[in-house]
Amino acid sequence: MLSGYTFSELLSIFTMQGFAGLSLFSVFLLMALGLAVIFGQMGVINMAHGEFMILGAYTTYVTSNLFQAYAPGLFSFYFFVAVIVSFFVAGALGAFIEWAVIRHLYSRPLDTLLATWGLSLILQQVYRSIFGAKEVTVILPDWMMGALQVTDSIEIPINGLIVLILTLMVTIFMWVVMFRSRLGISLRAVVLNRPMAGAVGINTAFVDRVTFSFGCGIAGIAGCAFTMIGSTGPTAGQLYIVDTFLVVVFGGAGTLIGTVCSAFGIAQAQSVMEFFMSGSMAKVITLLIVVGILMIRPQGLFAVKVRK
Amino acid sequence: MKTPESISRNKSLALNFIVLLALLILVFPSAMDIFRLNMMGKYLSYAFVAMGLVLCWGYGGILSLGQGIFFGLGGYCMAMFLKLEASTPEYTASQTTPGIPDFMDWNQLTALPWFWNAFKSFPLTLLLIILVPTVFAYFFGLCMFKRRVGGVYFSIITQAIACIMTILIVGQQGYTGGINGITDLKTCMGFDIRTNEAKLFLYYLCVFLLVLAVLLCVWVSRSKAGRLLLAIRDDEERVRFSGYDVANFKIFVLCFSALLSAIGGAMFTLQTGFMSPSFVGIVASIEMVVFCAVGGRTSIFGAIYGTLLVSIAKTAISENFPELWSLLIGAIFIGCVLVFPKGLAGVYNDHVLPWLMSLDERLKTACRGAREQHDAQVEALKDVPSDKVLLGVPAEYLSDERDALGLMSDDGRSLS
Repeated sequence: MLSGYTFSELLSIFTMQGFAGLSLFSVFLLMALGLAVIFGQMGVINMAHGEFMILGAYTTYVTSNLFQAYAPGLFSFYFFVAVIVSFFVAGALGAFIEWAVIRHLYSRPLDTLLATWGLSLILQQVYRSIFGAKEVTVILPDWMMGALQVTDSIEIPINGLIVLILTLMVTIFMWVVMFRSRLGISLRAVVLNRPMAGAVGINTAFVDRVTFSFGCGIAGIAGCAFTMIGSTGPTAGQLYIVDTFLVVVFGGAGTLIGTVCSAFGIAQAQSVMEFFMSGSMAKVITLLIVVGILMIRPQGLFAVKVRK
Repeated sequence: MKTPESISRNKSLALNFIVLLALLILVFPSAMDIFRLNMMGKYLSYAFVAMGLVLCWGYGGILSLGQGIFFGLGGYCMAMFLKLEASTPEYTASQTTPGIPDFMDWNQLTALPWFWNAFKSFPLTLLLIILVPTVFAYFFGLCMFKRRVGGVYFSIITQAIACIMTILIVGQQGYTGGINGITDLKTCMGFDIRTNEAKLFLYYLCVFLLVLAVLLCVWVSRSKAGRLLLAIRDDEERVRFSGYDVANFKIFVLCFSALLSAIGGAMFTLQTGFMSPSFVGIVASIEMVVFCAVGGRTSIFGAIYGTLLVSIAKTAISENFPELWSLLIGAIFIGCVLVFPKGLAGVYNDHVLPWLMSLDERLKTACRGAREQHDAQVEALKDVPSDKVLLGVPAEYLSDERDALGLMSDDGRSLS
C-alpha cells in the first residue's frame, strides 16, 4: 500500500489528506459539540440533530442571498452575520421542539429517539418543499476562495482554514459556557441530580429548555460551516448523524476533550485512508475500528467518573 | 394451576388467534386480487421483524436499531441462491464469463467468489438463512452484553453496524450487486416465483410461517425466560443480584429476534423477487421499530396489525400524495410516542376490551334476568288451575315473555 511512494510524496499526501481531514473534523466536531450537550449531558437521543444542522445551512443560504440582493457592498461580511443568525434560528426551533415534544420524554430516553426521528422526517420534507430536492450552494465571498501555497506540493484551501478557526472558537465558547458560566453549573447540577438541583432553587425546566436550544444552536453553526465546504440538500444531515453519535459515544459522553479527540481521530483516520482505498471502504474500516474499541471500552475514550 | 385470570388470558389469546387467522386466510385472499395479496405477503414478512422487536424491545428492553441487518442477511442469503439459479450458462451466454450473476460480469469478475458457492444448494441455503444472522447476533450480543453495554449505547452501536453493512454492500458492487441489490430473480427449485399461482402459494407459506412464529413468540413470552426478560427490562441489577446471568438472556432474545427477522427477509425476497441494501440500512431498521411501536411494543398480535396498518397507509398515501407521507409518518412517530406509548394494543386493551367485556357482561345479565323471569312464570303457572292451562297459555304470561325478550336485546341492566 505504501511501497509505491517516496518519503516526501508520503509526507505531502499525509499533509494534504490530513488537512482535508481537518475540514471533516470541523463538521464532525461542530455537530458533535451540540450533540454532546443534548445527548451526553441531557441523555436525549436527538436523531434530528442533522436536520438542525441543515437548518443552519439553509439559513446561511438565505442570508447570503439577502445580502446579495439588498446589500451587495457588505457581501464579503455576510458569513459573520450568518453564523449568528444560524445559531439563533436553530436555537429557536430547538426551544420550540423542547417545549412541544422533548420535555414530556425525559424519563424515556429511547422514546426520544423515535420522536426525534419523526421530527427529522418532517423537517426533511419541509426543506424539500421550501428549497426543492436539489442541493443548493452558497457563493463564497472572494476573500474566502483560493488556497495558501505552503510548499510546492502542499496547498491549503482558505475556506477550510476559516471553518477550522470557527470550530476552535465555538469549542472555546462551548467550554466557557459549560464550565465557567452559571448556565453550565446549573446544567451539570441538573444532570447529576435533578430533584436536588430543583431543591436548591434551580429552575430545572428552564435549564433543560435553554440547554437543548443551545445544543441545537451549535448544530446551526455547524450547518453554517458546512455550506463553506459542501453543498446542502434536504437529506444531507442524515448522512452525518451516525458518525456524530459515534463521535460523542467514542469520546465518552459528557467530556468536551473526549469529543474533540474522537472527532479528530475519526476524521483523520477516514481522510488518510481515503487516499489509499475507496471512500466507502475507508469509512467502513473507520467505523469498524470505532465499534471494536467501543466493545472493549464501552464508556468511551475519556470517561467522566460519576458516582451512580 | 388454572386461575380465573389465566383462563381469561387464554380466552383472549384464542380470540386474538382466531381473528388473525380469519383475517389472513379468509378475508385477505377473498377480498384482494393477487397483486394486492402479494403486497400483503410482503408486509407480513416485515411483521416477522416487528414480532422479534416485541420480544427484544418490548420484553427485554433492548432497542435494536439494526434489525434491518438480520432482515437483510436472511433476504440476501435467499437472493443469492435464487440469483445463482437464475444465472444459468444458457441464459447468461452473452456474458464474458457465462454462468455467473450478471452484476459480477459487469464488474469484471471472472469467477464466482468463494462465499457464493455455498448458495448452490437449497438445503444449505435454508440452513444459512437461519444460521448466518443468528450466529452474527450471538457474537454481537456476546461482545455487547457481556461488557454490559446496554440502553442507548446499544442502540447507537447497532445503528452504526447497520450503516457499515449498507456501505459495505453498496461499495462491494461486484460481490453483492451494489446499490441496485440482487434483482431479476426467476425460479426457486425450478418453480417460477413470478406466476400468480406461485405468489398465492408463497402468501400462504408466509402466513403459515407467521402463525408458527406467533405461537413461538407467545410460548417464549409466557415462559420463564419471558418473565425474566420483563424483569431485566424493569430492573436489570436486581435480576443480576438474584443470581441470573442477565447477559445470556439478552443474547438469547437478540438471537431469537434475529432469527425471526431473517425468516422475514427470506420470505420478502421470495415474494418480491429482489433484495436491495435499502432494506438493510438505518431508515428501514427504524421503520421496523415504528411498526412495532404503532402496534404496541409488548403485544405480539399488535406488532402484526401495526405493521399491516403502517405499511398499507404508506402505500396508499405515498401512491397518491408522496409529499404528505413523510410529514404523516413523522407525525405518527411523535404522536405514537407522546399520546399512545402502548400503541394499538394499548388502545385495544384500555378501551375496546373493557367495552367488549361490559357488553359480554350485560348480555349475560340480560339472559340471566330473562331466564329468572321465565322460571318465575313457570312457577306461577303451576298455581293456575289445570282447566285454565288446558285452555292455553295465559295471556299475561305471553306478553311478559315478549317484554323480557324485547328488554334483553335492548338493555339488559334494567332487568337485573
